Amino acid sequence: MPIDLRPGLDIGGYTLVEPLHAGGMATLWRVSHPQQAFPLLAKLPNIGYGEGVSRIVSFEVERMLMPSLSGPHVPRFVASGETGDQPWLVMERVSGETLQPLLEQTPLAAERVAALGAAAALALDDLHRQHVVHLDIKPGNLLLHVDAQGHERIVLLDFGLSHHAHLPDLLGEQFSEPMGTAPYMAPEQVLGVRNDPRSDQFALGATLYYLATGETPFGAPTSDGGLRRRLYQPPRPPRELQPSMPRWLQEIILRCLEVDPDDRYPTAAQLAFDLQHPEQVVLGERAERIRDDGMLGSAKRWLRGFRLDAEELRARQARDELRPPLIVVAVDLKQGDPALDTALLDVTHRLVETAPNARLACLTVLRVARIGMDTNIDVEGRNRHVKRLIALRHWARPLGLTEQRITFHVLESADIAEAIIDYARNNAIDHIVMGARGITGMRRLLGSVSARVVAEANCTTTVVRAARHEAAADAMDTAGRKEE
Amino acid sequence: MRIGLLADLHANREAVEACFQALREAACDRYVFLGDLVGYGADPAWVVDFVRAQVDAGAIAVLGNHDDAAVAATAGGAMNARAEAAIAWTSTQLDAGQHAFLQALPLSVSEEDRLYVHANAWAPAAWGYVGNALAAARSMAATPARLTFCGHVHEPALYHALDASAHRFAPKPGVSIPLPQTRRWLAIPGSCGQPRDHDPAAACAWFDCRSRALTFLRVPYDHERAAAKIRAAGLPEAFASRLASGT
Repeated sequence: MPIDLRPGLDIGGYTLVEPLHAGGMATLWRVSHPQQAFPLLAKLPNIGYGEGVSRIVSFEVERMLMPSLSGPHVPRFVASGETGDQPWLVMERVSGETLQPLLEQTPLAAERVAALGAAAALALDDLHRQHVVHLDIKPGNLLLHVDAQGHERIVLLDFGLSHHAHLPDLLGEQFSEPMGTAPYMAPEQVLGVRNDPRSDQFALGATLYYLATGETPFGAPTSDGGLRRRLYQPPRPPRELQPSMPRWLQEIILRCLEVDPDDRYPTAAQLAFDLQHPEQVVLGERAERIRDDGMLGSAKRWLRGFRLDAEELRARQARDELRPPLIVVAVDLKQGDPALDTALLDVTHRLVETAPNARLACLTVLRVARIGMDTNIDVEGRNRHVKRLIALRHWARPLGLTEQRITFHVLESADIAEAIIDYARNNAIDHIVMGARGITGMRRLLGSVSARVVAEANCTTTVVRAARHEAAADAMDTAGRKEE
Repeated sequence: MRIGLLADLHANREAVEACFQALREAACDRYVFLGDLVGYGADPAWVVDFVRAQVDAGAIAVLGNHDDAAVAATAGGAMNARAEAAIAWTSTQLDAGQHAFLQALPLSVSEEDRLYVHANAWAPAAWGYVGNALAAARSMAATPARLTFCGHVHEPALYHALDASAHRFAPKPGVSIPLPQTRRWLAIPGSCGQPRDHDPAAACAWFDCRSRALTFLRVPYDHERAAAKIRAAGLPEAFASRLASGT
């Protein structure tokens, strides 16, 4: 017999305060505990007579996964247990609204869609780094939280369908039918594949399509045949529904919605990167598509969808455990040591070559005054900026990377190390490469930039030194000591 | 309570010492030895004394087929010739007290919702292997315990069942796996003294009773020293060389 949930009821030391939401799957309650300072929420699955076994397993999955998750993009796990027959899960109650209400206001402006998409992609990247694929990304599971400093971030909700690479997959083993939410589910998920992080990218792409056009890309099919249609029928190009949508956004959304996961972004971090740098998105055939790509396009897609094989996709994913990195090379265009330049190019080249899907962002920082931001930035400022950009492209030429794999960024900041550190954090960068002498050439005055980046960046940092002959090195060391 | 689990120690002193230290560092306050203390390895007397001291201090130990064979009048019929030769040698290495300790080991022990047994729950003394999901389902159906910990099979594995069918999971060392009470679980920590999954590192596991989470471990140890002792004792060369390849 299910217990009667009412305010004041005690479950494992937590007191039910008020019901927040009664859904088809579970009831959410605000709860309190004398020792917990932050707001708490309890999830209690409906376990009454006639409820399906999938609900029980789904709740088991959530209870198993949540304790292993951490970071700013998931609610903090607090406790779980059973009271009588009633299982429960207590977690942090994160303030904010899901993206669901925004569906009433569609179509949203492209810039807003991109900002929400980037925040969601960064949250997904954080989850994927923890070996978890969410598998139920949709507006209702993306919570928009605004922190005390006014920064927006997405917190992911509901891990009842999720897959953890290092934990038993209770759902996948128990059920053969596909599990997910029909309008958003990736084609490989329809085929029963549960271990590919890029499935979340597809669902996010469907969400962004909806926010930007007011329609879902594949309708809301209820039959198995209807679900499978996305394996061969392409979505209408969103610009057909929303002609004012910029081409770059269509390029990004349609790339997320590619039927073969290999044709999507290699990682959610790379998707976030494009959403945050629209001007650097390489516009291809996807950007130009204005109506159904006709019989030929349909046939091509059909063939791709037809060739997708669940076993092969699963194996492919298990094989490619290594994550294609986003690499930043921070270049000091003012430093005058050609040997250091060569060494930096060498190391960057080797790093990029190790993973075919690695992407490189070339970065340089333009120093600006700390206070009283230049008011006459217009002409002079733009000139300086453009000059740096040209110099940066010239610097990277020997790498011979295609335009899809490389981007160029001139940042302006009074604090060079901080600019690099912030850039790496905001773009989920995996690896920073930089020269040892510090990007300023003013090490004596400002301290070593590279030392600060090494100490404070939240990713791997490689500091490159130029190869030197012994005698020259000795001389440099002496000079270095004098300087210190 | 945090329980350290060791199975198939096989008279490998170096492996037992390494695992025991790793489990102590993981803050285990209780130990369970899942059988096959002896056989194959060169240090049966030391391992039996070690386990006996732990049992005196509150640990649990169950009987394995090699332990049984070493103290029985006749060797177990299911063993191959080389293993039998090792058993005969082992028997000569143990004194009366060590014999008596092995002889007195129970086939299985139940504690709360946990069952400890060397081979399986359906017929512990017949030494059938839990080598696949079918056998795991059979074992889980034969006990009221929610959690079964066993050995005998030398590869680490975790099986689970919600209904009549069971599923196999290959655990990744060092990952804490919560075991929900809604289903049954059967865990094989893997062999401490003679790993056979192509990784020479000794296997063991620990279970936290409060969070109900199980963590499998792989512990590197000085297998060259263990192998040298096997050679010095004149035991079959294969028992020594397989420790380096983990086969």
